[in-house]
Amino acid sequence: MFYRDAGALKTSYAQEQAIFPVALDRWAVMALVAVGALVVPFVAGPYWLGSILLPCLILSLAAIGLNILTGYAGQLSLGSGAFMAVGAYAAVNLVIRLPGLPFPVSFVLAGMVAGAVGLAFGLLSLRIRGFYVAVATLAAQFLIEWICTHIPWLVLNTPSGVVSTPTLFLFGFGFSSVPSRYLVAFVTVVALAVVAKNLIRSSAGRALMAVRDHETAAELTGVDTTRAKLTAFAVSGFYCGVAGALWAFLYLGNVEIEAFSLHRSFQILFMVIIGGLGSILGSFLGAAFIVLLPVAIANAATLFGEALKPDVLANLELMIFGALIVAFLIIEPNGLARLAVKAKERLRRWPLPY
Amino acid sequence: MGDFFFFLEVVVGGLLSGVMYTLVALGFVLIFKASGVFNFAQGAMVLFAALTFVGFLEFGLPMWAAFLLALAAMLVLAVAIERTVLRPLVGQDHMILFMATIGLSIFLEGFAQLIWGTKVRGLDLGISDEPIEIGGILISQFDLSAALMAAVLVAVLSAFFSYTKVGRALRAVADDTQAAQVAGVPLGFIWAVVWGAAGFIALVAGLVWGARLGVQFALTLVALKALPVMILGGFNSIAGAIVAGLVIGVSEKLAEIYLGPFVGGGIENWFPYALAIAVLLIRPAGLFGAARIARV
Repeated sequence: MFYRDAGALKTSYAQEQAIFPVALDRWAVMALVAVGALVVPFVAGPYWLGSILLPCLILSLAAIGLNILTGYAGQLSLGSGAFMAVGAYAAVNLVIRLPGLPFPVSFVLAGMVAGAVGLAFGLLSLRIRGFYVAVATLAAQFLIEWICTHIPWLVLNTPSGVVSTPTLFLFGFGFSSVPSRYLVAFVTVVALAVVAKNLIRSSAGRALMAVRDHETAAELTGVDTTRAKLTAFAVSGFYCGVAGALWAFLYLGNVEIEAFSLHRSFQILFMVIIGGLGSILGSFLGAAFIVLLPVAIANAATLFGEALKPDVLANLELMIFGALIVAFLIIEPNGLARLAVKAKERLRRWPLPY
Repeated sequence: MGDFFFFLEVVVGGLLSGVMYTLVALGFVLIFKASGVFNFAQGAMVLFAALTFVGFLEFGLPMWAAFLLALAAMLVLAVAIERTVLRPLVGQDHMILFMATIGLSIFLEGFAQLIWGTKVRGLDLGISDEPIEIGGILISQFDLSAALMAAVLVAVLSAFFSYTKVGRALRAVADDTQAAQVAGVPLGFIWAVVWGAAGFIALVAGLVWGARLGVQFALTLVALKALPVMILGGFNSIAGAIVAGLVIGVSEKLAEIYLGPFVGGGIENWFPYALAIAVLLIRPAGLFGAARIARV
């Protein structure tokens, strides 16, 4: 009744090409962004802001990166954690070694370094396909972890191998408080999400999907599959790299390889699966789900009081996690994003039954 | 001359540890061959099997009874996986199935540790780890026994595939699932058999690796060691898994000793992958894998 696309006459090409053609969608997203930027940082407490929303946002960015590669281009990657590491290590080196650069420039450069590394491993995908690519990205994970721990120059010769990140400054303002760090992440993530959405809607994005759906057929119809795959790896590397830099500077406050292990790669993959393969919205939903699930389980466990020991709880968490992933794949292989689309369909006809 | 003997010792040690990798890789290959599923949960199954075996031992059961009970548990697990995971996902894209096995592996890790606890347990199979001297080379007795066990396992599996009715049905499913179904092969049963066989391999691998490393969570990482073996040998070749296991075992040891000192050591995590990928660039389907024909 209220949510409808009927009667929305488009009078220009710009309107035809709008990301959100339905007016209500547009307003809802704008309102959400406005609330996220202007209300949330001043209302939410430091726990919610710093320990829930901040990791949610940053991991969403990494999930978008992986989604471009796996969800859109169909190249399964188990190395997103490593690409985040490249971004984080590059960013900390750039920020500390070149203090003259404003930090957004350093972060973009760090993302580009990660993109270049992604591209290098993407070259392998030109020769090998399918699961072999997944294993190649696993090789990237191990190789990059090894490089990051074996070259002292990368950690600025810190003996412990853990570099504390300096506070970020821009025009004399230091981003050290929780709300300011949240805002940096928020602005970055929103901007890059819009870029990603537009990339996907462009001919380059359609080429990615063509490669995913049928590589040989895509090639026969004139899609430059080499270019498409390399684009996917480079862009994915860039997104993961920026996410890694944000993770190190804004969330952890240090750079260490433990934060970017294979475990992280899997975590991001789960976000993409649960959120929805091939959906930018899904990347956000998936990240929120994966970050909130352990919190929810821990809260639910307090209901049982002392009956649940921590190690039992940890194992239960693993089981719930695993079962949920399988269940999602069985019930809704397209993830939370698909559920959101279904809800919208319902809303469109509401209150009529059909 | 001493150098040469040392080299030989390294090679033999590598061959024997390669057999251990093969043992795990076989489980992967078996399932991939029969159902096209890249089973990431194989490592978790190794952990589950080993924990179950040790758990039964701790009840005071003799070793053979614990082995049979653990095997029974693995078979039940195989049927359960077929019912709850594979059957609802039949006909889905291979990537979806692969991701389902990742979920499965996490579930199994939690499940196994929930039942049997998280503490590291020793496992003594009654085989000493004393090296013995053969022809002037020191060889670990334990590794040699493991190699023999693997050889027997491969022989049993090949016989099973070649000479039994179920084995032939299994190869038919691997060859062409639809044609096999049309010819009356019960797909669900075959999958349960394959996963059961993979469970059996996981049990043997779990015993051997568990005796080596202790029965603990780290056993799941053994699967990551087996991945390069698989891609080097080709996903669907048992012979490939054997040869690749040996190649990886030897080259890893050689690289560690002759290359490691120059780059700072610790390269065993990624060297097998680098080697496997280097080979893939020349032969994209692995050494023994069937070449993929792209169709529209």
